[in-house]
Amino acid sequence: MAKEKLTGSEILIKSLLAEGVDTVFGYPGGAITPVFDCMYDYQDELKHILVRHEQGATHAAQGYARVSGKTGVVIVTSGPGATNTITGIADAMMDSTPMVVIAGQMPSSMLGTDAFQETDVVGITLPITKWSYQIRRAEDVAWAVARAFYIASTGRPGPVMLDFAKNAQTEVAEFEYKKCNYIRSYNPYPNINEESVRKAAEMINAAKKPLLLVGQGVTLGGAEQEIIELMEKADIPAATTLLGLSSIPSSHPLNMGMLGMHGNVAPNVMTNECDLLIAVGMRFDDRVTAVLDSYAKQAKKIHFDIDPSEFNKNVAVDLSVLGNSKESIAAVTALVEKRENKEWLQMFDRPKAEEKSKVIDVEVAPESGPLKMGEVVSRVSKYTNDNAVVVTDVGQNQMMGVRYSKYSQPRSVITSGGLGTMGFGLPAAVGAKFGAPARTVCLFVGDGGLQMTLQELGTIKAYGVNVKIILLTNTVLGMVRQWQELFFEKRFSETNLSNPDFVALAAAYGIKGRRIEKREELDEAIEEMLQHDGSYLLEAVVAKEEMVFPMTPTGKSVNYVMLNRDEIYKL
Amino acid sequence: MEKLYTITALSENEVGLLNQISIIFTRRKLNIESLSVSASAINGVHKFVITTVCDEAMAIKVVNQIEKRIDVIRAFYYAEEDIVYQEVALYKVSTPALLEAGDLERLVRKYNARILEMHPVYTIIEKTGHTEETQSLFQDLDKYGVLQFVKSGRVSITKSTIEHVDKYLESQEQRRIELEEK
Ligand SMILES: Cc1ncc(C[n+]2csc(CCOP(=O)(O)OP(=O)(O)O)c2C)c(N)n1
Ligand SMILES: [Mg+2]
Repeated sequence: MAKEKLTGSEILIKSLLAEGVDTVFGYPGGAITPVFDCMYDYQDELKHILVRHEQGATHAAQGYARVSGKTGVVIVTSGPGATNTITGIADAMMDSTPMVVIAGQMPSSMLGTDAFQETDVVGITLPITKWSYQIRRAEDVAWAVARAFYIASTGRPGPVMLDFAKNAQTEVAEFEYKKCNYIRSYNPYPNINEESVRKAAEMINAAKKPLLLVGQGVTLGGAEQEIIELMEKADIPAATTLLGLSSIPSSHPLNMGMLGMHGNVAPNVMTNECDLLIAVGMRFDDRVTAVLDSYAKQAKKIHFDIDPSEFNKNVAVDLSVLGNSKESIAAVTALVEKRENKEWLQMFDRPKAEEKSKVIDVEVAPESGPLKMGEVVSRVSKYTNDNAVVVTDVGQNQMMGVRYSKYSQPRSVITSGGLGTMGFGLPAAVGAKFGAPARTVCLFVGDGGLQMTLQELGTIKAYGVNVKIILLTNTVLGMVRQWQELFFEKRFSETNLSNPDFVALAAAYGIKGRRIEKREELDEAIEEMLQHDGSYLLEAVVAKEEMVFPMTPTGKSVNYVMLNRDEIYKL
Repeated sequence: MEKLYTITALSENEVGLLNQISIIFTRRKLNIESLSVSASAINGVHKFVITTVCDEAMAIKVVNQIEKRIDVIRAFYYAEEDIVYQEVALYKVSTPALLEAGDLERLVRKYNARILEMHPVYTIIEKTGHTEETQSLFQDLDKYGVLQFVKSGRVSITKSTIEHVDKYLESQEQRRIELEEK
């Protein structure tokens, strides 16, 4: 008997369900209407979240994916709907986030005619996706979806674009779903080379001053436990990248903190003191390495990654180990000797103590003066028992948000790393809540960035999403202003904001809010926010002159660290 | 040290691949000196041959980036001594000018060139060889005025004794069979 034929739209929905998708973020429009029409029949199985702007759909899908490990899904219309997703796609590409974006497209017969809302979506997205494909026939829908999920979620994850021609949405085809687990030209599960594992273990055993650099590849590979076992067995201090932050608990004694321009002093300084760098699932981004000419020249280097194109891309290494971090780290740990590196670990004490007294204490426990960002963040962390999902926007709020939060479990930091996308925070927080409904989601956002995707307050209202929005109001584009003060002779060009009444704005969306300016109000306001059943906007007013320290300015070496406006860490 | 590298990529026949590959060069500000796309010895697999001037570290990075594209099977880079290569050049010259000079036979013999068509108005000459040779013939012919000149991209074959792509495809086939059995 011939199989029943379904429309391409229904095949899409059934394929998504077959991939285990239960939540999608999207926005309808002409060229995707058949799909939305079909979704109407599947409301019980497939929850569609109507965002307020397609960029928000992508960031929400990113937040969802990053917190849950599942692939985020976005469905939008052609033309402007598709182009509005570009920022989120580029962001997901930079930060290796699994995401499948499905965009409507004109019927194939009209392609190339500059038809209404026709855009060359495949052409635009090729450089910022892992795979970009135009579906022109209903017969190809199931195949393309299966392939899209396989590509987005395996190997080094990333975004995939499916450009879905309208005729393929309405035409019919037989439906049979076969999950993709093989593409001839793509091998996301490279065998781990035993020889390189053995060499890595040898190098680790020979090292006196090893330093582990933990990137997001550890979370993506699910290797958190394996990394901790390696650290503990060989007594190796570890530093994380921004996206690797929550892969090791903040409280672990071997966790030396965050790398990078505004990272912790000790791991940055010690990068140029160690005799072996062991980089896992990180890409030697320029924000982490600072000037390459003087980056860890004294050290031997091992690089573990699943993406071979990362090897020797920015930093030449002595050994590269290709493969999934969970497997390769476990294999290496089996061969490393149990060690103690007391003396080496003690060398972290001075930079750590100096950062504490000169930077951290000043920031989190000021006795007078206006509220400080770090103090707000560290209190929120305290009252959430270091257990919240920390989402940030971009700017000073981001660096303060991640620096002064503590993490007790993996997948707890969601922030735009490689692209640094202002406006990421609010929609990403919404997506994170859908991805981890049982967890408290705290967003740290600036007064500039909040206004970039502010309309997602509408999504929060519509779905009763419970996110805690901590707005750090400094009435300026703080991070840019910081650079203007430090490097542009205080010429504060176009960095002042004239703000709306944010609390009233939140109220207009039915979101409870409160603005605080005084230190005495802080604890009580945070408790109120956390106890409130539903979203809450806590606006903390901070000084516009505040700056994020420590800081390694562009053009300086990784061990050149400014502790404040006047003082540089003495090596 | 910068020199001419030949970069080859074998890919599934997917639309838009040329675009995917060429943007890798543009992003790194590399000029594509020549490019050819053709079928390969493997059924359904396409071969891109691209030449570019860069240093070896850059050639490696470019190859890694090309290989990262999902539909690319493998990519390689070669120095001049690693490969045998050819280009085809066609020249259109005025027949009366050529006959008047009386140099045609000598040139054809010297360059091992071929006459493809001789028309009362024009003559079309073909020459296969390396760039220096096709360029040198151009200069000799240009004394009589070359009306049109066109040269193909490089086609090349490696001197390696191992067919790396075959090996890769065999191992992938093995993987496919294992997955199927599971
Ligand atoms: C979309 C986008 N536009 C511009 C920038 C450049 N930029 C980086 S931080 C920043 C200032 C952010 O201001 P605000 O959101 O108020 O945060 P603050 O630094 O004050 O905490 C700007 C403009 C960016 N990262 N993203
Ligand atoms: Mg601000």
